[in-house]
Amino acid sequence: MSEKRDQYVAIIDYKMGNLFSVKQACEQVGIKAIVTEKKEEILNASGLILPGVGGFGDAMQHLRDLDLIEVIRDEIAAGKPLLGICLGLQLLMSESEEFGSHEGLGLIEGKVKKFKLENSEGRVSKVPQVGWNQIASVRTKQELHWNQTPLQHIKEDDYLYFVHSYFVEPTLSDVVLSQSTYEGVSFCSSVLKDNIFAVQFHPEKSASVGLQIYKNWFTQFCQEPTNKEMSRVF
Amino acid sequence: MKNVRVIARLDIKGPNLVKGIHLEGLRVLGKPEHFAQYYYENGADELFYMDIVASLYGRNSLLDIIERTSKEVFIPIIVGGGLRTIEDINAVLRAGADKVSLNTAAIKNPDFIRQAANRFGSSTIIVSIEAIKEKEGQYFVYTDNGREYTGKEVFQWAREVCELGAGEIMITSVDREGTGTGYDLELTKKVAESVPIPVIACGGAGRLEHIENVVIEGKADALTVASMIHYDFIKHHTIEADYSAEGNVEFLKKKMIFSKIETVSLETIKSHLMNSGINCRFKHHGEINKPLNIC
Repeated sequence: MSEKRDQYVAIIDYKMGNLFSVKQACEQVGIKAIVTEKKEEILNASGLILPGVGGFGDAMQHLRDLDLIEVIRDEIAAGKPLLGICLGLQLLMSESEEFGSHEGLGLIEGKVKKFKLENSEGRVSKVPQVGWNQIASVRTKQELHWNQTPLQHIKEDDYLYFVHSYFVEPTLSDVVLSQSTYEGVSFCSSVLKDNIFAVQFHPEKSASVGLQIYKNWFTQFCQEPTNKEMSRVF
Repeated sequence: MKNVRVIARLDIKGPNLVKGIHLEGLRVLGKPEHFAQYYYENGADELFYMDIVASLYGRNSLLDIIERTSKEVFIPIIVGGGLRTIEDINAVLRAGADKVSLNTAAIKNPDFIRQAANRFGSSTIIVSIEAIKEKEGQYFVYTDNGREYTGKEVFQWAREVCELGAGEIMITSVDREGTGTGYDLELTKKVAESVPIPVIACGGAGRLEHIENVVIEGKADALTVASMIHYDFIKHHTIEADYSAEGNVEFLKKKMIFSKIETVSLETIKSHLMNSGINCRFKHHGEINKPLNIC
């Protein structure tokens, strides 16, 4: 391995979901990204993206089959930044109630729950939630709360694109960065815990608002401010 | 109340955007990517590329269109038309589509829906249903732009595709498609009430009140618009290329507008929805219409 390698983020390919869109969005805001399942490329990346569409149980099984669970846990423990998207947020939790119960990566203590088909008024809700929804700060001072986080510059009336039947419920509320409401149910739409940032929505499908979030995450977490090569590129 | 999605539908034939009446009688309108970019900047919630010829010959140009679009347009892209195998679906997803719409292949082999949902996730699979109302008032499923009778009753089929793992249903009234006389509200409402998954209304939008009605009376979770916004694009753009070798272009040359169809921008549609008390992704001050503006 050459010491002077290109800096890149690794989009972890575990056969679930549309990795191509994530790569396109990264490139659009100047992030060099590779789609990979190779341990070595994951180890050498300056940041990890865990995307995902589909079932929780299948996803954990694929990660197990590819022998990626330990390497992800170790890299996160060593401080490498991680961006989780949709199922990639849910997998971080300790467990999911999808089709029985499944153990998750356990990087954030909490559960994954399903939207109920019947809402509080007894009316039938459409599940999955498919479409654009807003995010709100859990604190009263949104500007201060989101400042210096990947949600910097995002406003509470901005819209993001969601597709999901399940949502996360972290045990500790201080990791919740934003919440959203669907059919009367208030749920956690993003988390921030040390080097982990993860969102329930799809920023790569959320127009300029979503691209801003990719840019923020990369600039705040992955870029080495002292690296002269990088400052020239960006 | 949840946010209703307004989806820009673009019918593709080879490299061109076309528009038909009753899914027949095609007119060439221009290059789909130009329209797609304009709709993205105007606040479209999703794009829907429908390959209406779906021949093997046309498939490469469809993949090119998807690939070019997905590099510039960061909203969900749905692709439909002639997807028969898991490999076909994989190819359009790899080109940059986010969801696919299945029709004929699902009718011929309903288990294809289950296989596709297992492989790509339910949220990637939309089943499109083309319906025709019979004299007795019953709705039946057709394929091939309303030419092939399948013998399936619409609401029964809707429940079946939902059980097989479809993530959304797109319901098209063949009778209304391209006529500008409004969506079939009865059809849309019955489908929406038959299934617990989102329903996209398709076919017939000609005036702003049609869009409002299909949400309020038709209970649609999303809707597609085509003619109304295509004519708006044409009104605001000069058609430079010569498409005479590629089909019927008389319409284009004359910039002829269908009297039944109101030409409006997506921004006007959304503003109308908001004024009717229907939530959607909309911002005042034209913020959503700006091209990418990343800090």
